[in-house]
Amino acid sequence: MARRENPEINAGSMADIAFLLLIFFLVTTTMDVDSGISKKLAEKPPKDFVPPIIKKKNIFEISINRNNDLFVEGEIMELKDLKQATIDFLDNGGGVGKVEEGVESGPCTYCKGSKDPESSDHPNKAIISVESDRATEYGTYVTVQNELLAAYRDLRNRLSQERYGMSFTELEQAFKDSARKDDDLRKKVEDIKKAYPQVISDVEPTSVQ
Amino acid sequence: MSKFRKKKKDLPAVSTASLPDIVFMLLFFFMVTTTMRETDLKIDSPRLPSATEVKKLERKSLVSTIYVGKAKDPKYGTGYNRIQLNDKIGTADDVTAFILREREDKSEKEVPFMTTSIKADKESSVGTLADVREKLRDVNALKLSLSSHKGSTIKK
Repeated sequence: MARRENPEINAGSMADIAFLLLIFFLVTTTMDVDSGISKKLAEKPPKDFVPPIIKKKNIFEISINRNNDLFVEGEIMELKDLKQATIDFLDNGGGVGKVEEGVESGPCTYCKGSKDPESSDHPNKAIISVESDRATEYGTYVTVQNELLAAYRDLRNRLSQERYGMSFTELEQAFKDSARKDDDLRKKVEDIKKAYPQVISDVEPTSVQ
Repeated sequence: MSKFRKKKKDLPAVSTASLPDIVFMLLFFFMVTTTMRETDLKIDSPRLPSATEVKKLERKSLVSTIYVGKAKDPKYGTGYNRIQLNDKIGTADDVTAFILREREDKSEKEVPFMTTSIKADKESSVGTLADVREKLRDVNALKLSLSSHKGSTIKK
């Protein structure tokens, strides 16, 4: 029996099929990377918790009212000035070196602020408190948080540049690239973080009637 | 002269044989990178605020998302403060149950690394956020991410 040759399968439409699938996936793909401002919430205090007494000058009070106006330490401020004001407050370093409850309150050796005795003692004592009205717009709130973080980032970058010759952002990236295993880098990151610890506290919003 | 004319005569056709290969390569790339949207939004897609100090969320499987914005269905009102958990609109009180349910299929080791991402419209109010935050503190879900686009909102 003479065997007939198998006819070749026509692969010309293969490209069409692949294109169809390609377009389907192109349309359904969402390439958005989820990113946002990260915050760490405070744990619920136990019932018999007594809040520590903090000197008023070590608290940087920010309030946002329902019209999205900004009040910083009792004065009206524009959003664009907030970052500089925060840096001035954090970097003040007005302490004189008294040890209170085991924490040395200065003098801050790496601060470059004006050493105003009426402002914060030391970056590790400085607390930023954000109070907002319930009716404040979320967008404004996020912008304020962002400015505060930017102030911290600037200070950390500056210190890191002085101590280790690279900015804090680069330092953190290098640490991350080492799969968080490089002890030397870890020490550096923690050192900078300790020099300018991030303390942003959110006051429960006041309710509006 | 005749030399040139000769050359023009048989122009070789461009081979399209490798076209399917190229297309397949693209196809596989998109198949791998595609993430299908698991929940359909019951609220209008929130217009996220912008910020410069954003951090990328790592380990997507440990992220639970809460949406805040304007409900598509007018029966929920037209305010920008509706909360969507999974695929239905709820209240701040449902957040507790939502987080506990999210925790069920994670191992105990992973629970402290779970992050709650809040995707809220920029016109929603801080009051809603505060309510949600309070509920999150109740269940000890302390890692929070306020989802925002990269960019600056302040005009200098």
